[in-house]
Amino acid sequence: MEVGQMQRRLIEYTKSLFMEGILDDQFLQLQQLQDESNPDFVVEVVSLFFQDAEKLLNDITRALDQQSVDFPKVDAHVHQLKGSSASVGAQRVKNGCIAFRNFCEEQNVDGSLRCLQQIKQEYYHVKNKLEALFRLEQQIVAAGGSVPMMELSF
Amino acid sequence: MGMAAEAQYHVLAVDDSLLDRKLIERLLKTSSYHVTAVDSGSKALEFLGLLEDEHNDVLAPSVSLNDHHQDVDVNLIITDYCMPGMTGYDLLRKIKESKSLKDIPVVIMSSENIPSRINRCLEEGAEEFFLKPVQLSDVNKLKPHLLKGRDKESEPSINKRKGMEECHSHDKTRTKYDGLEVV
Repeated sequence: MEVGQMQRRLIEYTKSLFMEGILDDQFLQLQQLQDESNPDFVVEVVSLFFQDAEKLLNDITRALDQQSVDFPKVDAHVHQLKGSSASVGAQRVKNGCIAFRNFCEEQNVDGSLRCLQQIKQEYYHVKNKLEALFRLEQQIVAAGGSVPMMELSF
Repeated sequence: MGMAAEAQYHVLAVDDSLLDRKLIERLLKTSSYHVTAVDSGSKALEFLGLLEDEHNDVLAPSVSLNDHHQDVDVNLIITDYCMPGMTGYDLLRKIKESKSLKDIPVVIMSSENIPSRINRCLEEGAEEFFLKPVQLSDVNKLKPHLLKGRDKESEPSINKRKGMEECHSHDKTRTKYDGLEVV
């Protein structure tokens, strides 16, 4: 596949992620902050998100598994996860966290467990998508092309 | 790299989240600010040379600062609100209570849009309150506050990107600058 084709494929792929609500505008903000002096900025920030998310999801799982659930603690973890996902534009994960916090407030264990499942699914979904996106970018760069910038309105 | 001898503003960023620190650092550097990022309010105070007890007679062993001097020049402090231990609000208060630091503009960031929280921070002397995730358009609002020392016509404002139920009234007493009204 030649570079132009790969670039078009990347753009279409990225667009689809926005259309499906998997990513939001914040992801574009991150891309805007990347330049020649910081060529890996987006990958670095997203990697931090992956690390954060996996740790927090583990913490939340463990906390919900306790005999007596410490909801303030769960809520604190969810708040952090909400923050990280919002910072990278992982919209569905962020929205899942917003819903989760309601269950925490109600001290609803079943609701919380269901929500956690949902968030885990959304997280792995966005993780797969972003990794695929980064692979596409790498292929373009390896073929000597440059990664196209998304426009803010499409 | 030595001290900021060029006309480059130095911003101290405070956030317990590594991801958010990285983000704010990049936003600020993109806007040509020199940045120091720390992960807690107490580290921020340490960096600013302010000890827990601002009493000249009780100095920590290795610190030779008195309370009229900072050996670092910070032009603006931007801090997260929700942090374990010392919150951004606590940090703001300590800064405003300090003779040596009170004139440094402070901006608060928070992921939660809570009007009473926002008002409390503004009343305590914060210049701006940014909703997270912070964007370049927010960082662009910092300049007037940095120039505040010379130009007293800057306007306090709340970032209304996400819309708010209550609006902070602009006639709160913020006449800390020689009685000049902040419009």
